[in-house]
Amino acid sequence: MAVQQQVQPQALDAETLLTTEELSQFQIVWRRFRKHRLALIGGVIVIFFVSVALLADVLAPTVPPGYGAIRLEGALLPSPRAVNPAFQHLGPFERSDQAMHILGTDEVGRDILARLIHGARVSLYVGIAAMLGGEIIGSLLGAASGYYGGRVDALMMRVTDFMLTLPQLPILLVLSAALSGRISSEFWRINFLILILVIFGWMGSARLVRSVVLSLREQEFTEASKSLGASDLRIILRHMLPNAMSIIIVNATLAVAGLIIVESALSFLGFGVQPPTPSWGNMLTRVQDYMFQNPTLAIWPGLCIFLTVLSINFVGDGLRDALDPRLRNE
Amino acid sequence: MTQQDAVLMVRDLGISYKVNNKWINTIRDFHVTVQPGQIVGLVGESGSGKSTVARGVINYLPVNGRIETGSYINFMGQELTETNRSQMAAIWGSRLTLVPQNPGAALNPSLRIGRQLAEVLLRHRNMERSEALSQVEEGLRRVNLPDPKGLLQRFPHELSGGQQQRVVVALAMLTSPELIVLDEPTTALDVTTEAVILDLINNLIHQEQAGAIYVSHNLGVIAQVADAVTVLYGGEIMESAPTPTLFAKPLHPYTIGLLNSVVTPGQTKRDSRLASIAGRPPSPGDLPRGCVYAPRCPIALDRCFTEHPELDEPAAGHRVRCHRWPEIAAGELDDDLYPASADEALVEENLQQARSSLLRINNLTKHFPLNRNLQELLSGKERPRVRAVDGINLSVVRGRTYGLVGESGSGKSSLSRVVIGLNERDSGSVELMGVEVSASLADRSKEQLAQIQMIFQNPQNSLNPYLTVGQAIRRPLMKLAGLNRGQADQEVARLLKAVRLQPAYARRYPDELSGGEKQRVAIARAFASNPELIIADEAVSALDVSVQAVVLNLLAELQEENDTAYIFISHDLAVVAYLADYIAVMYLGQLFEVGYAQDLFKPPLHPYTEALVSSIPVADPTRQTERIRISDNIPSARNLPTGCRFHTRCPHKIGAICEDEIPPWREDDEGHAIRCHIPLDELVEIQDWMLASDTIVNTARNGLEGTD
Repeated sequence: MAVQQQVQPQALDAETLLTTEELSQFQIVWRRFRKHRLALIGGVIVIFFVSVALLADVLAPTVPPGYGAIRLEGALLPSPRAVNPAFQHLGPFERSDQAMHILGTDEVGRDILARLIHGARVSLYVGIAAMLGGEIIGSLLGAASGYYGGRVDALMMRVTDFMLTLPQLPILLVLSAALSGRISSEFWRINFLILILVIFGWMGSARLVRSVVLSLREQEFTEASKSLGASDLRIILRHMLPNAMSIIIVNATLAVAGLIIVESALSFLGFGVQPPTPSWGNMLTRVQDYMFQNPTLAIWPGLCIFLTVLSINFVGDGLRDALDPRLRNE
Repeated sequence: MTQQDAVLMVRDLGISYKVNNKWINTIRDFHVTVQPGQIVGLVGESGSGKSTVARGVINYLPVNGRIETGSYINFMGQELTETNRSQMAAIWGSRLTLVPQNPGAALNPSLRIGRQLAEVLLRHRNMERSEALSQVEEGLRRVNLPDPKGLLQRFPHELSGGQQQRVVVALAMLTSPELIVLDEPTTALDVTTEAVILDLINNLIHQEQAGAIYVSHNLGVIAQVADAVTVLYGGEIMESAPTPTLFAKPLHPYTIGLLNSVVTPGQTKRDSRLASIAGRPPSPGDLPRGCVYAPRCPIALDRCFTEHPELDEPAAGHRVRCHRWPEIAAGELDDDLYPASADEALVEENLQQARSSLLRINNLTKHFPLNRNLQELLSGKERPRVRAVDGINLSVVRGRTYGLVGESGSGKSSLSRVVIGLNERDSGSVELMGVEVSASLADRSKEQLAQIQMIFQNPQNSLNPYLTVGQAIRRPLMKLAGLNRGQADQEVARLLKAVRLQPAYARRYPDELSGGEKQRVAIARAFASNPELIIADEAVSALDVSVQAVVLNLLAELQEENDTAYIFISHDLAVVAYLADYIAVMYLGQLFEVGYAQDLFKPPLHPYTEALVSSIPVADPTRQTERIRISDNIPSARNLPTGCRFHTRCPHKIGAICEDEIPPWREDDEGHAIRCHIPLDELVEIQDWMLASDTIVNTARNGLEGTD
């Protein structure tokens, strides 16, 4: 009868079949990601910026000239190279005929390209690290809150609400003013900034993940794994979070953009990354007064922020689609 | 009747959808004519295009859909394909109305019923508000809603599902439309409510002389309600005919396959296995050349794969799209199309053989507390609790199936969840093979976890979309059965074969599988830990008939092979009776009848069971019985009726005793027990209608013999 017609299990060897699984898993994701053209372009751009940031010392081994000898602070590690004498006679906004200052110099005669390159370090590091921290903490708290529900949920959501009602900017200012002065190392000051950004940046993702988990919790596959005796941690990590991943990723890509901007705002107010250490944010906000004389001062860092944010968004989109098995058979 | 009389005449209808920037032709060459006072049934499995047609014929497609040029939709002399949206707006809701599947979603939750329904009249009839409200009241009375005046002031959520659906029907009838499209209006309802609504629709349509298109996946419902039926498959008409003809003498192999797959009440796994249709329906973007049904057709010829059959008309009003209909009509292909009568039964053993008890449930209760509001909190008042499971005693034997039936809200699912441990019980005990099972899942040993497993209702979400089939099945093997990775992988392959899937499926993700395949994976997962007991909660309810048959056969076979006991929960009595050995009928947290499944359609029955049985829509339009109808107002489980809990709806209530005293269990010698004040022999007398020749069981039996 009809049932038997379907019973023709191919003589497939289960072992060869399943040992290849892990490898093909990654390959499937990569293959799908590759098909997403914008994501691929975005990925290339992000990799480009990250490489530039990592190789900043090699690419721009100069100390920006200005008033006297300024130590190269753009790098997280001080540059081993000395001041390049070729720049010394250049004044503000001057361009060198030697084509060394491709993008020109800023108001104090520092090479813009060099500052962009070193700024990439700070901006990307702050943006990505604070995003990762915020998303990880937010997702875990949100998932736990949604999964356990009841009093745990009520308590955690009140804490979240409380954090959300705090006026962030003043508190950020007070915190960084009070504490960052005591940290002498630029590197640790930046990490401290990231810490503050994380503390004030996890609530959004916590709320989102919680709402997704609230509905996932009621799904039958959750109950199925519960009835297999799966631990709560396993259910959260294996069943809740992957299904919430698309929302987390979208939120994360938006968060990077926001964080780069917040960093620049803080820097502008004098509490974030301090000049002369360049970040895209403070390059952008420091030039207010010169905007009309020399708009490129604002355009270049603005473009970098824009491109990075856009690229990360595309990568996020592509990653979400590639990871989601529901879209896989299209 | 001439064609001029027709309310709706659809010719050569084609509908396309834009998916990923490509137009996909979903409906092709569709025809239908609806006369006044006629209900035309549109039946098909999921994905057949029936809802698209229902919306297409009233020119109500979503933005990514379009009606192909060359289509004609003539509604009362007006060509709808040439009518623009603003002109349609005057017709929709006034002369053409739609009754959607989910009444809860169709009503605006923040508008009172009166205001909501009056809106239609204010918009289309320019009535005064007071006049409109009195019309609405009249409309609500027509659909037999109690206290229509009071209802005007109520909000939708205050009504039961059945009442909501009646409100929606009233809404659709308010303007005396010429055509009503009903899209699965009873699918979300209980059988008892469904039966009431079907009667109502039947009466109203014929009374009002409106035309109606009734869309359903359920052949039983169609048989009960439609005057003519159109069978859709892969976006094309397979067959259309007057209802009696279609059910008595179907000419298309697909129609025949569908009818074969339906479980008739009274059919059991002891008589025969269920016929099913192999394969899966085509996807609209990837249709086979030739006949769309050819890949699944048992009688397909080479020509069927290359040559697209035209819609022939073997008799007036009977159309069929098949190359081989003349042979089918002549009866030459019966051997291939109908299951052989000598088809071996799935189960040989007889029931009387003594078997050891596997699971014993004693006095089990589960009450859910309600949240108290502030006032109650301050006054320290307790709120009544929802008594979902309220003192259940049940004993499940090894290797047998216990069917659990009852309407939604009767506590079936709560009972199963308490047994498996997803909810902790409040009191009572659950013993598995003589050993007490702890209430909470966390306290259960691996062995106990392994011994009770569950198959869930909805295959769409019972598998995590981020885990492959292999990962899903491997988990219980490694966690509960203690196998290592390699052994587990071997076992996954074996289990997949056992549920008739290829081992290569292990690498697939759930979304690459069809609904039936997913449910088979869920079954494989449940069997992975080699359990003694599997609880199947509505495990086949979400599946199409043809697939449902496959899964039921599979469940029966696996039970034979593994000697696993099932608790099988379903609202579909015919399905339960097919698979189960014993039946328990549950109502408002308590059992009211316990007995053998084969006695389910014979008196004596508890009046509640009787009402359930008589509400089954049987896929046989010739069966006309005065069916017993009970009201669709199930009392709330937080405010239970006194005495016999069923007395508020009982058709055989005998008096005050029913309201005051809890009825006794009345048992016969064979283990059939009924909890009723009426003695068993009197019940037999009251229920003699069931023995009449045209009743469910007898038609079912005759039907089976007819295929001999």
